[in-house]
Amino acid sequence: MNLRLLLIIFFCLPTLASAGSKIIATGGATTVEGNAGGGIVPWAVINGYASSDEWSVTTFAGRVGVNDFSLNSAGIALSLDNTWELSYARQRFALESIGGSLSQDIFSVKYHLAGELLYTAMPQISLGIQHKRNLDFALPQAVGARSANGTDFYLAASKLLFNQVAGRNLLLNGTLRASKANQTGLLGFGSSNDNSYQLLFEGSAAVLLNYNLALGIEYKQKPDNLAFAAEQHWRDIFIAWFINKNVSVTGAYVDLGNIAGQGSQTGYYLALEATW
Amino acid sequence: MVKRSGLIGACLALLLGCSTATGPVLYQRLGAEEGINAIVDGLLFEIEHDERIVHHFADSDIGRFRAMLTEQLCDLTGGPCQYSGSTMQQSHTGFNITLADYDALVEGLIKVMQRQQISITDQNALLALLAPMYKDISYR
Repeated sequence: MNLRLLLIIFFCLPTLASAGSKIIATGGATTVEGNAGGGIVPWAVINGYASSDEWSVTTFAGRVGVNDFSLNSAGIALSLDNTWELSYARQRFALESIGGSLSQDIFSVKYHLAGELLYTAMPQISLGIQHKRNLDFALPQAVGARSANGTDFYLAASKLLFNQVAGRNLLLNGTLRASKANQTGLLGFGSSNDNSYQLLFEGSAAVLLNYNLALGIEYKQKPDNLAFAAEQHWRDIFIAWFINKNVSVTGAYVDLGNIAGQGSQTGYYLALEATW
Repeated sequence: MVKRSGLIGACLALLLGCSTATGPVLYQRLGAEEGINAIVDGLLFEIEHDERIVHHFADSDIGRFRAMLTEQLCDLTGGPCQYSGSTMQQSHTGFNITLADYDALVEGLIKVMQRQQISITDQNALLALLAPMYKDISYR
């Protein structure tokens, strides 16, 4: 699936037209869940380069590789009027050392409520909904997950501050998420004795070294619902290269903590994104 | 974790310290009168060749626009000028400048600054002064 998408992106590259009017890099990268953001944290920015009265389409494919697991994700997003972001992503989580895999679909809507990332004192603020459908629920159910489907809600605030760190611009983002997801939904939602939403914090900070290069860190708080194994917070250090408004590449060093009883999962994230 | 965030804080403080070192004002760093004139002329060129926004200038007195923008940039960046034009709200009322128009103009300005090889620090310092004008310029 990912390879096919990558090939499509590559063959489409020469035909890509000029994207929208937004300033380069202000559409962010795309998270593993298909939303404009960093690698793991959704930001308040809308994907792609559609400014007012414009639209754009973004596709991405990415891979996380850590000690005992890999996560392939790919997706597509439609952005309208710098206000709406509608996206779909498919994830396949492979249990490299245990064997088997878990997949889920993620359907998201993001609505830009207020503020403009570059131009207003108020941060850009957006509200997001992610509906996730686990496609391999047998294993999550066996380890105590209650439901195969779940819906996350998040409120994100993003602000670009000019001329902050050695004359470079600084992007700050904070996201509050309400979620029942176990390992972001790959291990289902809730548990037999806990089906309540938890409020979680996610944050990112990035320095724009120039218009095309962003260097940043991310943190994602996670719940710990399942008794069979402790779930830990995610962190990463990323670099995103916005080659032009049509193509960007993101690489990261990720620390996903313990997953399903397998200790200290660290490794890489690599993603390619195309926008037009 | 605490130790690491302390280290990150120290690094940030060091970097921030560098950026606040005293030196010539932005007006001088942009090349004073000659530099500002080049930015304004470059921006006029970009506007003229940007079909997204050129229509907003169809009925404008370009000579006056050029003089006022030059004076305003000189004033804003700490140069020896006093902006004598009307407020941003007054001068943009009736134009209905959209977010996309504003983005297009900022993109044009960035192109000009890149072409003139202005340092990224000075580009960001100028953008920091101009970006907040959005609220007075847009949708009026």
